[in-house]
Amino acid sequence: MPMVEVAGKSFEVDEEGYLTNLNDWNQDIAVYLAQEEKVEMTENHWDVVNFLREYYDEYQIAPAVRVLTKAVAKKLGPEKGNNKYLYELFPYGPAKQACKIAGLPKPTGCI
Amino acid sequence: MSDMMDDMEEGGEGVVKKFMFVNRKAPHGTIYALEGLEVVLISAAFDQDVSMVFVDDGVYELIKGVNTKGIEVKDFSKTYRALEGYDIEKLYVEKASMDARGLTQDDLIVDVTVLDSAEMANLMAEQDVVISY
Repeated sequence: MPMVEVAGKSFEVDEEGYLTNLNDWNQDIAVYLAQEEKVEMTENHWDVVNFLREYYDEYQIAPAVRVLTKAVAKKLGPEKGNNKYLYELFPYGPAKQACKIAGLPKPTGCI
Repeated sequence: MSDMMDDMEEGGEGVVKKFMFVNRKAPHGTIYALEGLEVVLISAAFDQDVSMVFVDDGVYELIKGVNTKGIEVKDFSKTYRALEGYDIEKLYVEKASMDARGLTQDDLIVDVTVLDSAEMANLMAEQDVVISY
């Protein structure tokens, strides 16, 4: 498995760059993974990333995009829980990119 | 599953089939329960009429308060709680399977409908597709 070093700490990632161990995650590695995805983290990005981590903690899966959108609408409001908003934050797919930055495995049903 | 794909390729409009996923095995020790759950989660993307049934040792998949640390596998029992968000709300358990294992609805991590064996058989007969694990 490849290793990356960020802020003096080593992280194991898989061949697609997803963090191998959920518990290794911290803000430094999140910013690094975001840079790899060419995403500049703003407060709005963090809201989604933190939401995903909470979702994973509760359900032990990364949600499908449709489910993420619906759940974000419920938690953060309809102006954020829609495809347009989430794709603006994460142009290559909110589930794929935001999950990666959040240190989660690739979402089930990511086809 | 091929029926589902055909419907998608034809545009996916209008054709909704009844898919039932039958879970018969204990959650750990084999890969069936987890893989079956993942198939169900993926099936949610196809806008079909999906239900899940838990019979025999399959009822153990829904049990509350699981701790898998000792066997070093992922505890995916919480994931059954995510089904509601995927619009999969038809969960059925067989009464005889519950009784034989001393379980009641209070022991389960999600809300389910308990059916007797005859009701279960009728429900199965109504399905277009039954996939059993």
